[in-house]
Amino acid sequence: MREAVRTRLFFIFGGIFFLLFCYAAVDLPPWGSYRGPYGDVIARVGVYERHATDAVNAVNYDYRAFDTLGEEFILFAAVLGVMMLLRREEGASTHDVGRVVDKLHLSTTVRAIAMLAILVTVVFGFYIGLHGQLTPGGGFQAGVILASVPFLLYVCENTESFRRITSHSAVEVMEALGAGSYALIGLSPLIIGAPFLTNFLPLGKTGDVFSSGTIALISACIGLEVTAAFLLVGYTYLEEIITGEIPEE
Amino acid sequence: MMWVGAGLFLLVAVTGFGVVRTRDVTSQVIALSFYGMLMALVFFFFQAPDVALSQITVGAIALPLMVMLAISRLKYRTAAQRNRGERDA
Repeated sequence: MREAVRTRLFFIFGGIFFLLFCYAAVDLPPWGSYRGPYGDVIARVGVYERHATDAVNAVNYDYRAFDTLGEEFILFAAVLGVMMLLRREEGASTHDVGRVVDKLHLSTTVRAIAMLAILVTVVFGFYIGLHGQLTPGGGFQAGVILASVPFLLYVCENTESFRRITSHSAVEVMEALGAGSYALIGLSPLIIGAPFLTNFLPLGKTGDVFSSGTIALISACIGLEVTAAFLLVGYTYLEEIITGEIPEE
Repeated sequence: MMWVGAGLFLLVAVTGFGVVRTRDVTSQVIALSFYGMLMALVFFFFQAPDVALSQITVGAIALPLMVMLAISRLKYRTAAQRNRGERDA
């Protein structure tokens, strides 16, 4: 397609889109107004019913925990897909192109500061994960923050320390454990005859770290799963660079 | 306060245009990361701190990281194959 035709087509369809957009924007509710009843109901009864001060996570991990279960398995399936696509076939001949030798030795100052950053990141990750029911945050965010720690190590130390952390099969076990225990937590109320994903644990005192029953527990499971997921994807991507072996054509 | 929100939206629009117009993939990833941070700021301004936190972790860390990893993998494979060709020749 010629450049001029493409530009003309863009302006035609861009114009149509702009008109439709304006038409849609005319009837928008005013700034800051909220019309749905559910948010108001949750905001009123959430703290009382579930002892969780963060209504968003009360919705995510309790009222609509079934949706979050689906989302978690979307991530699980996506990670499985990446690992399967990039897998190394059993017994396939590889040739050694030489490991990447980390020539770049960063100065001691940079490394010391990086160590400090890693420490802060780990503490912050655990804080976000364990206080999901009290303040904004939760397992998913904590998982990504914790998974970024080995990558920080990869950037400022060397590939070897990255490999030592992420190449274990323990990461795979963590992934399966995190995803599976969410489903198990959901299934366990069925034993006592309660519906799927009922918040069956004692709710505790509002504002405590160990409160809100299954919300905190599910949040921790998701944290485990997400951490492992990102580590697995990262290692799968970097496997060739780390081991220095690429498959024969 | 409304003007702060409008200014943020304008910044998002400008940054989004910048991301699209950046042609080098590596710089584009950095621009994308910046765009993610800006979106987090927008969410925070509109009183959604939970979404803002998710946006920081996904838009500013996870997504650029994944793209960077893919790029480095491709570059490594290409470089390794080129070296091998030179060795064979």
